[in-house]
Amino acid sequence: MSSSDTKTDMLSTHDGEPLKKSLGRALRRQKMRALLLIAPLLAFIILGFLMPIGSMLTRSVDNEVVEEIMPRTVAALEDWDVDSTELPPEETFRALVADLQVAVENRTALTFARRMNYELAGFTTMVRRAQREVRRIDLETDGPFRDMMIESHEGWGELATWRALKAYSGDPTIGYYLSAVDRTMVSGHIEPLPDDRSIHLMLFWRTAWMSGLICFLGLLLGYPIAFLLANVKERYANLLLIMVLLPFWTSLLVRTSSWKVLLQEQGVINQMLVWIGLVADDNRLTMINNKFGVIVAMTQILLPFMILPLYSVMKTIPPSYVRAAKSLGANDWTAFWRVYFPQSVPGIGAGAILVFIMAVGYYITPELVGGPSGMFISNRIAHQWYVSGNWGLVGALGTILLVAVLVLYWVYDRVVGIDNVKLG
Amino acid sequence: MALPSYASPLQRVWYYAFRVICALVFFYLMFPILVIVPLSFNAENFFTFTPEMLALDPAGFSLKHYVDFFTNPDWQLATRNSLTIAPMATLISVSLGTLAAIGLSQAHVPFKRAIMAILISPMIVPLIISAAGMYFFFSAIGLQGTYWGVVLAHAILGIPFVIITVTATLVGFDRSLTRAAASMGAGPVKTFFKVQLPLILPGVISGALFAFITSFDEVVVVIFVGSAAQQTLPWQMFIGLREQISPTILAVASLMVALSILLLATLEILRRRNERLRGMSPG
Repeated sequence: MSSSDTKTDMLSTHDGEPLKKSLGRALRRQKMRALLLIAPLLAFIILGFLMPIGSMLTRSVDNEVVEEIMPRTVAALEDWDVDSTELPPEETFRALVADLQVAVENRTALTFARRMNYELAGFTTMVRRAQREVRRIDLETDGPFRDMMIESHEGWGELATWRALKAYSGDPTIGYYLSAVDRTMVSGHIEPLPDDRSIHLMLFWRTAWMSGLICFLGLLLGYPIAFLLANVKERYANLLLIMVLLPFWTSLLVRTSSWKVLLQEQGVINQMLVWIGLVADDNRLTMINNKFGVIVAMTQILLPFMILPLYSVMKTIPPSYVRAAKSLGANDWTAFWRVYFPQSVPGIGAGAILVFIMAVGYYITPELVGGPSGMFISNRIAHQWYVSGNWGLVGALGTILLVAVLVLYWVYDRVVGIDNVKLG
Repeated sequence: MALPSYASPLQRVWYYAFRVICALVFFYLMFPILVIVPLSFNAENFFTFTPEMLALDPAGFSLKHYVDFFTNPDWQLATRNSLTIAPMATLISVSLGTLAAIGLSQAHVPFKRAIMAILISPMIVPLIISAAGMYFFFSAIGLQGTYWGVVLAHAILGIPFVIITVTATLVGFDRSLTRAAASMGAGPVKTFFKVQLPLILPGVISGALFAFITSFDEVVVVIFVGSAAQQTLPWQMFIGLREQISPTILAVASLMVALSILLLATLEILRRRNERLRGMSPG
C-alpha cells in the first residue's frame, strides 16, 4: 500500500504506511515486550503458588473416599429416608458387608473409617470390629447380616450411624464447611454441634476481635510517633525512624522469643515488678500463654507496619494548613481535629488494613506466647493438619480465612492501591 | 515543633506529655530487642538478670551460650542451612522480580492491576495457607523435603518485596536515558546492564535484602515444605521455644539482632546514595 492509494492526505511513515497503523503496531510490540518480561515470574507464581493453594482448597469439598470405598452401601442408602425412624433394610447391610470385604482386601477400610470418624466419633472402632466380623462371613450362605453387624458393634444398629453415612457419602460434600462453622449433618439435617465441640466460630471471632484490638492499639501508639516523625527536623526524623525500622527488620522469631522471655513468670517484667514492690514474689502476674501476652507481643511486632504508612502520608501534609487554621482563630485541638486529622485519614486506612490483614493470618506469635486461650484460627488449622490429618477441614477453614483476607486485600487495593505499598 | 515563648501552661504540659508518650512508645518498640543482648551473656541458664549481673559482677557474665551455639551440631547445621537457602532464594526472586518490575513499569501494560495483585499475593495470603498448599504441590512433584523445594518456596515468598521496591525505584527512572543509549547503538541487553541497572540498583539491592530476610526469618513454610535436613535457624529457634526453651536461643537472637542492624545500615546507605543521585538528575 502506498500513500497515493489513500484518498485523504493521511500522515504516513517514510515507507508510506499510515502513521496510525504503524503506531498501533509499535504499541502492540511494546505491550508484548512488557508481557514477555513479566511472563516468567507470573508463570512461576501461578504454578508454584496460586495453583497449589487452589488445589489444596478443593480438598475442602472433595469426598471421593466414601463413594470409592463403599459404592454398594452408598447406592443402597439412596432409597433410605434420612428421617426414617427405622434402620435401613437388610439389603443395605448386605451391601455394607460386601463393601467391607472388598475394603479389607484392599486395605482401604481404615481410610474410610478415618473419614467418617471426623464426623462421628467412634466410627473407627465400629469399622475395626466389623472388619474382624466380615472376614468370617460368607456373603452367599450367611445371614441375616443386620444382626451379625449389630452384634459386632452396637453402633451399626444406631440411626445416627446411618444418617451420618448417608449425609457424608456425596461427592462433592459441604461437610467440611459445615464442621468449619461448627455445624453437623449427622442426624440428617444441618444442626449446631454440641458446645464442647464448637470451637471454630469462637476461634474465627477471637481472631477477628483480637486483630481488631491489635490494630486499634497500634493506631493509638503509632499515630503520635508518626506525627512526631513528620513534624521534627529531618535530621532527627531519620534518627528516630531507625528506632521504628530496627524492630521492623528484626526477625519475628527474635521478637517473639524476647517477649516470651520478658513475660514469663520468672521473666524480666515480673522480676522488675517484684523488685519495685508492686507484685508479691509468690503472686507473680501471669502474662504469657493467654490473650494478654498475644496482644502485647503482636502490637509491638506489627506497630512498624502502622507507623510507616502513617508517616508517609503525614509527610505530605503541608504544615501551612494548620498554621492557617490557627491564624483564623482555631485552637490547637480544633486545628488538629478539623484540619490535620482528616488529611491523615488515608494513612490510617492504609496502616489499619495492612496490620489487620497481617494479624488475621498470624501463626508463630500466638503459637509461642498464646497458649490455648490465645490461639488464633491459623493455629487451629496447623493443629488439624498435624494432629488430625483432616485435610478436608484444613481446606475448609483455610478457604474461609483466605476469603476474608482477600476481601480485605481488595478493600486495601481500593483505598490505598497495591502499587502504593511502601516498605521502609 | 519548638515550643513558642507565648505558649499557655496547658500547651506546655501537653508539649512535654506528648514527648513522654512518644518516648514510652519508642521504649516499647526497642526494649524487647535490646534486652535480649545483655541477657544472652548470662552465666546461668536463667532468662532473667541474676543478682550478679545487676551488680555488674564479671562472674555473672559468660559467653557460654555463644560457645554452645558455635559448637552444637544442631545449631551449626541450622546456620549452614539458613545460609545456603536464603541467598539462592534471594537470587531467584531478585532476577525474576526485577525483570517483571521493569515489564510492569512500561507505559502500556494490559491487565496491570490484576498482574500486580497476583504478584503481591504471596505477601498477603496467610502463611499457614501458603504452607499447606505448597506442601501438597511440592510432594506431588517430588520436591517436598528437598533443598530446592525450600528454595523455590522461599523465592515465591520474597517476590512481592522485590516487586514493590524495584517498581518504586523505577517510578523515578528517566526513560530518555534508555532511549539515548538505544540511539547511540546499544542493544536492549547492553542498555539494561550499562544504563538501567546501575541506576535502579539501590531498589534492587533493598529488594534483595527484603527477600533475603524473608527467607532467613521464615519458619512456617519451611516446616511444611522442608524436612529435618533443611532445618533452618528460625525453625531450630521455634522448636527450642516451643519445647525445651534453652538459653542458647538468646545468643542466636542477639546475633540476629546484630544482623538486622547490619542490614538496616546497608539500606540507610543505599537510601542516602539514592537521594544524592536523585538530587543530581534534573527534574
